[in-house]
Amino acid sequence: MTAARTATPAGLVPADVDLTTTLAGVGLVSPILTASGCAAAGREIDQFVDVRTLGAVVTKSIMLEPRSGRATPRMAETPSGMLNSIGLQGPGIEHFLKHDVSWLRRRGARVVVSIAGGSVEEYARLAQRLRGAEGIAAIEVNISCPNVEDRGQVFACNRSAAAAVVHAVRRATAPGIPVLAKLSPDVTDLVDIADGCVGAGADGLAMINTLLGMVIDTERMRPVLAGITGGLSGPAIRPVAVRCIWQVHRAMPEVPILGMGGVRTGADVLEMVLAGASAVSIGTVLFNDPSAPTRIAAELRTALAARGVARLADLVGYAHRDPDDRAVVVEELA
Amino acid sequence: MSGPVQADAEVVAVRRAGAYHRLVLLAPAIAGSVRPGHFVALAVGGPASSMLLRRAFSVHRAEERGRSGGTVEVVLAVHGPGTAWLAERRPGDRVDVIGPLGKPFALPREPVACVLVGGGYGAAPLASLAEGLRARGCAVHTVLGAATADRLFGVLEAKRISDSLEVTTDDGSAGRNGIVSDVLPDLLTRTRSEVVYACGPMGMLAEVARIAAAHGAHSQCAVEETMACGIGVCMTCVLPVVGTDGVTRMVRACVDGPVFRGDAVRWADVGTVPTDALGAPVGPLAPVTGGLR
Repeated sequence: MTAARTATPAGLVPADVDLTTTLAGVGLVSPILTASGCAAAGREIDQFVDVRTLGAVVTKSIMLEPRSGRATPRMAETPSGMLNSIGLQGPGIEHFLKHDVSWLRRRGARVVVSIAGGSVEEYARLAQRLRGAEGIAAIEVNISCPNVEDRGQVFACNRSAAAAVVHAVRRATAPGIPVLAKLSPDVTDLVDIADGCVGAGADGLAMINTLLGMVIDTERMRPVLAGITGGLSGPAIRPVAVRCIWQVHRAMPEVPILGMGGVRTGADVLEMVLAGASAVSIGTVLFNDPSAPTRIAAELRTALAARGVARLADLVGYAHRDPDDRAVVVEELA
Repeated sequence: MSGPVQADAEVVAVRRAGAYHRLVLLAPAIAGSVRPGHFVALAVGGPASSMLLRRAFSVHRAEERGRSGGTVEVVLAVHGPGTAWLAERRPGDRVDVIGPLGKPFALPREPVACVLVGGGYGAAPLASLAEGLRARGCAVHTVLGAATADRLFGVLEAKRISDSLEVTTDDGSAGRNGIVSDVLPDLLTRTRSEVVYACGPMGMLAEVARIAAAHGAHSQCAVEETMACGIGVCMTCVLPVVGTDGVTRMVRACVDGPVFRGDAVRWADVGTVPTDALGAPVGPLAPVTGGLR
């Protein structure tokens, strides 16, 4: 801890840097959350990092009923990343509330519940069920699911479908609980989808979900994943995430953003905050380094102290400002 | 039992063992709580590696006390750049290790006769298991099999620890020409063994479990499933297992295993989701789309 207590040339002690942040009105002790699907419901990660020190645990997307997920192989390692095709395996909302949310509450962790459905009605029913549950800080709506009522078209890839889900969830959710729409980068115009979600009542945006990818085993000459295609995550996608956060923050700077996509270090968190994120979820890095939240927070403190920044929250969207007058740069991103 | 620990371990030694490598890591925080059947998950390529997924290895030996503290030894086969990186480590290098992970082998309360079956480097945990069984007064009969002689592991150790040892190779380059399931039925009958412990490829485990059941023996099988994390969060290492309630679930090999009762695993359905598994899709699943974690 001596490094954290040593003042930097800028005169700041890393331990004194304020990492607290606010996401869609929810105060967080840390800007670092665990990304949905990468920390289950917190229990396993709690063996390596005290989950109370996290901004929140974003739980693995839960559906109404128990779900077995897909056949194996479900994952493939790729350069600086991985593909996954889990198929939303989970115990269903009732078991989840009884065993997982209650554990997180008892443990003293903040909980962001990620929900997933196959129809607008399923999302609405999940939100209604969560309305009666205690100890939930926010809802993250995983709209990267196929709409069974529209030939399996993914909600997140269509402005009106995405908006319909967000609208239904917002209407079914208690007023004080923010609803975050989790966006897919696999779209032509992300700002348009984001705008649709905000118009439908989203209190904030989570971005990005994985990118659709595929790997073929050249020995067997067949797809590696049983599900053929899968979601690409890890540091390989971080520049895509930074671009998405930048574009959406530029277009709607007042909308809170939970950034994610390939974050591995404190500098990566800082990069997303500079692009416009108020908080950042870490995902795939937890598979590599389950104690990463502690390490990343320390790296972030050191990075801010070195730059003479006392409060992380002051840097949200900072990269958009003009270096001289700190006014918002007006020219569009090419 | 205490939970798993993540440690920055110093490499003590890397030794060739036939087609394999034995990697000894100094990890006192882990070594003391390892039981036979536990595994460890190693990060590969260093802190900035482009290979993010941990490689899981059954623990060959854990020494609580050594010259410089507790050590953990694993056996690895070089399959790709990750395992090649591990094989290239030299004493003094660092490897990030998490362990002990998973559920270890269950040991019999009575001093019954046991058969231990190892396929290839799957034999890694069997020597320490045999010692544990012998300490309980169990007779230990070992069968080791591999494709070729250089892919056998632990033959000398097994010879020292076991009451009897049989070796098979697919090509006859060592021991008997054949596979472990050729010798197992006769061995079970002859030794009146009540428990079979097995570690190796899925096909071998399925056969061992079937033969054990046919002889009225209990089987404990340690599966080799590919894993991304090893700690229970990634959901990639699942296989269909029947619970005590009779319901089939897709369970995680890393936390619910890697050791399973042989009669609980639906061996013929490994790699699939049986239609009667809890939460199995009613119709065919739609094509995978972006973000389906």
